[in-house]
Amino acid sequence: MARIIVVTSGKGGVGKTTSSAAIGLGLALKGHKVVLIDFDIGLRNLDLIMGCERRVVYDFVNVINGEATLNQALIKDKRVSSLSILPASQTRDKDALNKENVGKVLEELGKDYDFIVCDSPAGIEAGAMMALYYADEAVVTTNPEVSSVRDSDRILGMLASRSRRAELGLEPIKEHLLLTRYSPKRVEEGEMLSVEDVEDILSIPLLGVIPESQAVLKASNAGEPVILDTESDAGQAYQDVIERLLGETVDFRFLQAEKKGIFSRLFGG
Amino acid sequence: MALLDYFLRKKGKQVTTASKAKERLQIIVAHERNSRNKQPDYLPELTEDILKVLRKYIEVSDESFSINLDKKEGDLNVLELNIELHDERKVS
Repeated sequence: MARIIVVTSGKGGVGKTTSSAAIGLGLALKGHKVVLIDFDIGLRNLDLIMGCERRVVYDFVNVINGEATLNQALIKDKRVSSLSILPASQTRDKDALNKENVGKVLEELGKDYDFIVCDSPAGIEAGAMMALYYADEAVVTTNPEVSSVRDSDRILGMLASRSRRAELGLEPIKEHLLLTRYSPKRVEEGEMLSVEDVEDILSIPLLGVIPESQAVLKASNAGEPVILDTESDAGQAYQDVIERLLGETVDFRFLQAEKKGIFSRLFGG
Repeated sequence: MALLDYFLRKKGKQVTTASKAKERLQIIVAHERNSRNKQPDYLPELTEDILKVLRKYIEVSDESFSINLDKKEGDLNVLELNIELHDERKVS
């Protein structure tokens, strides 16, 4: 059985697609068969972050409407052969997805893949509910900022009540906290919620802390998921996330601000 | 004026914005979780139905009857019914 992981958050712009791309590619680099699904119907973007936007022919909704087969719609990643991407449709028909037809597609994919990573749209509307409905695990992507933390808590409520696992009374969705855009320096200065603060409030296990990093924008500019930038702090932090998803225990890095030299301490900069 | 800032910061231990953020979040999140765990929509109707059935056999006033759905630890939900029976007066 494939592990179905939803990358979700409630709030927009916190790094869901960046994280989905990094997690999908990272798991595939470890040799697993992975399919990345963009659930943001009408606002397709995972293709851009993955750098395969010009290879989209058919999409998720085409498959659901029977206009294309899964194999026609899946895009094989050029970097890692065990990774495929199922792009979202650009249609504005929001009701294109329902539990039944999404369930069928996931079931079919589950036969061929080890991991199904679902990139959720923002919000708590039908699209986001569809993305989380079949999940076994959820990566709750959160920024250390009040509105993001509050929205994450609402999404945790949805995971616990509106998912398939909740409806059938099965073991609940396994929740993971992924803290993104973290700035240790601002935390030290008392300007930003710390990892511990967010853990206290949401009380779910921590999967990773991704530092605020210039590498993320560079990666999206180039269509190369940031996990490939092995020199960057964000890339390395995502690699740790992959290890933890695969059951390894890895120390958390990038939680302390870089120590400044005596000169910059005294004279600013 | 980094040097000056350094000493000023050490002296006055004022409340940081981060700690304000945490405090505000703890309050609002607790509040929202409470309203999320409120009684289910079907409870009023269920109450009516149970009362109807009970009243076929015994006399139950509204005051001597209470119903409560409680969330216990884990996934356990307990539906609690309290019916005060006075004396065995049969309706029929």
